[in-house]
Amino acid sequence: MIPARFDYDVAESAAHAIELLGAGGGDTKLLAGGHSLIPALKLRIARPAKLVDIGRLSDLAYVRDGGTHVAIGALSRHAAVASNPLLAEHCPIVSYTAGQIGDPQVRHRGTLGGTLSHGDPASDLPAVMLALGAELVVQGKGGERVIPATELFTGVFETALAPDEMLVEARVPKLAASTGWAYVKANRRAQDWATVGVAALVHRDDGAVAGASIGLVNMGGTPLRARATEDALAGGSSAAEAAALVTDGTQPPSDQAGSSEYRAHLAQVITRRALEQALGN
Amino acid sequence: MRQVALTVNGMRHELELEPRELLVYVLRDRLKLTGTNVGCDTSSCGACTVLVDGESVKSCTVLGVQADGAEITTIEGLAANGSLHPVQQAFHDHHALQCGYCTPGMVMAAVSLIEHGEATSEAAIREGLEGNLCRCTGYHNIVAAVQDAAGAMGRAR
Ligand SMILES: Cc1cc2nc3c(=O)[nH]c(=O)nc-3n(C[C@H](O)[C@H](O)[C@H](O)COP(=O)(O)OP(=O)(O)OC[C@H]3O[C@@H](n4cnc5c(N)ncnc54)[C@H](O)[C@@H]3O)c2cc1C
Ligand code: FES
Ligand code: FES
Repeated sequence: MIPARFDYDVAESAAHAIELLGAGGGDTKLLAGGHSLIPALKLRIARPAKLVDIGRLSDLAYVRDGGTHVAIGALSRHAAVASNPLLAEHCPIVSYTAGQIGDPQVRHRGTLGGTLSHGDPASDLPAVMLALGAELVVQGKGGERVIPATELFTGVFETALAPDEMLVEARVPKLAASTGWAYVKANRRAQDWATVGVAALVHRDDGAVAGASIGLVNMGGTPLRARATEDALAGGSSAAEAAALVTDGTQPPSDQAGSSEYRAHLAQVITRRALEQALGN
Repeated sequence: MRQVALTVNGMRHELELEPRELLVYVLRDRLKLTGTNVGCDTSSCGACTVLVDGESVKSCTVLGVQADGAEITTIEGLAANGSLHPVQQAFHDHHALQCGYCTPGMVMAAVSLIEHGEATSEAAIREGLEGNLCRCTGYHNIVAAVQDAAGAMGRAR
């Protein structure tokens, strides 16, 4: 399969990429790791007139201590995020989940900025960012702005980024030692996307559950927070009782991997597992 | 058209590429390195795996222009001075192939896994080869070969 013709330019900096995006008038796309975009080009689902390659912006491939948060550059490859010691220490749900994406070859190419900008509801890290209350730093013509993860994902393959904006950094909070976490992904074959995924953070106060934050993968057009389950846990319900409420407000899709009903059932099962795991660590 | 320089198996090539040309076809059609196979053409099977700057990638999902300036290793570049690479030797010793279609990609993925220090156990090898499909062997001998090669390469260090 060969993509349709397109022009290609290499960005020398984020500012240069934004300038090239602006000049393209909406028909230009950024190319990071290419592991969502190139398959779409080959199927000719995407037919941009021009690609701006940001894959060489190695100064945006970093993980840094930001005080209360850890800052991850948008061009960080999934493999680098998965093996990063700073994240393993302060926000292990991010590094663990990055290691669950696709397979080693995919993780050698795919980037954090790509997976967060693509807006695919089946992707793993967007739901983790949502559960964490991460902040995304976005650069445009007029400078930088910060988008909370709760406002980033607006629809299937849609985000709050303007066509001439670029995501440059994600800021994830450092988790307290009393916060338990788990990411549970159910899929049919080893390298598949999640049929359903659950990212759970459980906050404890003196050993008792004080609150929880749960992000769902592939239970609607965007990653979703499981508010009813979170409220039940904060109100003292058991993991099993709270997990039974997880489908509240969701619209699970039907596709080859599973029907809507199957996803609803699966979500309850793996939410319970995720909560038990989070409570255990 | 874009001017691109690729170093493939130690040889430098200067090429004029259309941006839409996929790396796997640059290797196969332009450089006649047909050891790298195309299986699925949809990023799933890993038959097209090569090393780009030492890391395994599926070359059907990389543009030739993205590899400008990179060092690429294909299956043809593994054997040195007339002797097989330890992973190739182990595939031979363990009969880790039947039709052989998946083998070049499987070997390249295994080389990357071992060189990154990730082939530490049978379970880690099975996980680490999840991007490579084999329709013949049932994987058993492949995993045994990679385990053996990881040991041999560790001893050689
Ligand atoms: C075989 C296979 C299996 C996979 N399995 C999984 C999986 O299990 N879980 C999962 O979550 N993902 C999976 N993926 C997707 C993978 O994680 C992609 O790498 C990721 O979704 C996109 O990142 P990228 O850097 O490759 O982006 P690209 O493909 O380069 O870009 C994707 C989109 O985002 C835009 N974009 C990229 N970077 C930026 C930026 N910094 N700012 C603004 N816009 C930007 C691009 O213009 C494009 O529209 C899989 C992919 C493949 C090929
Ligand atoms: S041909 Fe590239 S992954 Fe199958
Ligand atoms: S040996 Fe035939 S596909 Fe692997």
